[in-house]
Amino acid sequence: MTLRIFLEMGGYGFYVWTAYGVTLLVLLLNILLPVVQRRQLLRQLSLRQKRGQR
Amino acid sequence: MSISAAFFAIIRRDLLLAFRRRAEAANPLFFFVLVVTLFPLAVGAQPHLLQSMAPGVIWVSALLAALLSLDAMFRSDFDDGSLEQLLLSPYPLTVLVLGKIIAHWLVTGLPLLLVAPLLADFLGLPAQAMGTLWLTLIIATPLLSLIGAVGVALTVGLRRGGMILSLLVLPLYVPVLIFASGAVDRAAGGLAADAQLDILLAMLLAALVLAPLPVSAALKMSVN
Amino acid sequence: MSVIPAVVNRFFHQTASPPYFYALAERLAPWLTGVFLLLLAAGLYGGLYLAPSDYQQGESYRIIYIHVPAAWMSLFVYVLMAVMAGIALVWRMKLAEVMLIASAPIGAGFTFIALVTGSLWGKPMWGAWWVWDARLTFELILLFQYLGIVSLYGAIEDRRAAARAVSILALVGVVNVPVIHYSVEWWSTLHQGPTITKLDKPSIHVSMLIPLLLMAVAFKFYYLIAVLQNARLELLKREATSQWVKNLLEKTA
Repeated sequence: MTLRIFLEMGGYGFYVWTAYGVTLLVLLLNILLPVVQRRQLLRQLSLRQKRGQR
Repeated sequence: MSISAAFFAIIRRDLLLAFRRRAEAANPLFFFVLVVTLFPLAVGAQPHLLQSMAPGVIWVSALLAALLSLDAMFRSDFDDGSLEQLLLSPYPLTVLVLGKIIAHWLVTGLPLLLVAPLLADFLGLPAQAMGTLWLTLIIATPLLSLIGAVGVALTVGLRRGGMILSLLVLPLYVPVLIFASGAVDRAAGGLAADAQLDILLAMLLAALVLAPLPVSAALKMSVN
Repeated sequence: MSVIPAVVNRFFHQTASPPYFYALAERLAPWLTGVFLLLLAAGLYGGLYLAPSDYQQGESYRIIYIHVPAAWMSLFVYVLMAVMAGIALVWRMKLAEVMLIASAPIGAGFTFIALVTGSLWGKPMWGAWWVWDARLTFELILLFQYLGIVSLYGAIEDRRAAARAVSILALVGVVNVPVIHYSVEWWSTLHQGPTITKLDKPSIHVSMLIPLLLMAVAFKFYYLIAVLQNARLELLKREATSQWVKNLLEKTA
């Protein structure tokens, strides 16, 4: 019951949780994108290096 | 040749070039008139609405006309290599760049003053605001050229710099737009616009001194 | 540079060398993430649970705990970028260029968050998703400045030239920021008249202030985490053919 009241935010639940959700999404993307891209780049570079050694 | 002689030689050269390409140089002016005439067609010819919108419409159109003309500032010099010569010349680049900006304003900014009364009348701007409109155009169109020069210098090396240029320059134009149209708005309402004009003047003086520095640095970057 | 003690000078040169920085960023990441998560948990617990509801705005004010820190960060990151732009232009320091570029998308992200949360807060308070309020308008123009930096960097192929161009733009932009701030403020009082800025920070109670400050510090730590990740990617892209990257690849392979 208290959780429901907490989530309702006095009737402003939609606004509050959308705001927090969007924030979370943007913050996550700004960390995950460079990490994923760096992993891809490292994979590419190491493939290229192996090819170069042969 | 002294520095001032070089400065005036640059202005004379650019004016001569613009005179040889008269039709091209007149384009921003036609564009300005055209955009202003689009507004009554789009929002309807209600005199009160147009009158209250007039300062904003004229200033947004002037801003777009300036934006459109910016690319020509260094484009032909960049293409034919004379920009490189400019960078290699023994004179301080900031002074030469200032000459080019002033020439650009004489060709594209100054003519707006001639048609502004006509357009103001189209939109029903009260006659008492005409003087202020002129003053804002005299003070603030050179500002548009000075600020815009930074954007052009940064993008002149790009093949498709047009869209990026507007993205770079328009945020920098926001204060000019606010104070210039605000001044005309106040004058149209019969209020004093001295404060806005003073601020614009201060911005112009600051830009005259400061703008050539980033422009020169950006040109060096673009040419290399 | 005789003014700076040799030890400090050496420290900077070492930290600024790409392989050292790359490894350092990797080692720092878990610690920074830990501190960030602790601060975030404390801030959210205090802000969403402990803090009382506002007597005027009810529970909707709780957006303040992300809106205001994000707005602060959007300015903070821009000023930081200008500082790095100055360093990059004067000393031609590669790392300053990398950090400048790495900061731009994060700053843009904060600005975007400030705009969206401001709009979501404004809807129940003003009754409209968008009101031409001075602060929101300012954030919008700031977002355009960030986007200009990101797209200019993307448009110039040579990375060093692009970094120089972006440095110049960031410095010009930072001069413009206070001018925009005051002109928008003036403009909004002129056109809006009696509209009360409800997003104003009122004289705020301590139980609300502490979570707000916790969130602000948490966002600073987030910025550090994200900027280091971005900087590592940017360093790798730039130095893909250098010896230290080759060594790195051999070690991991």
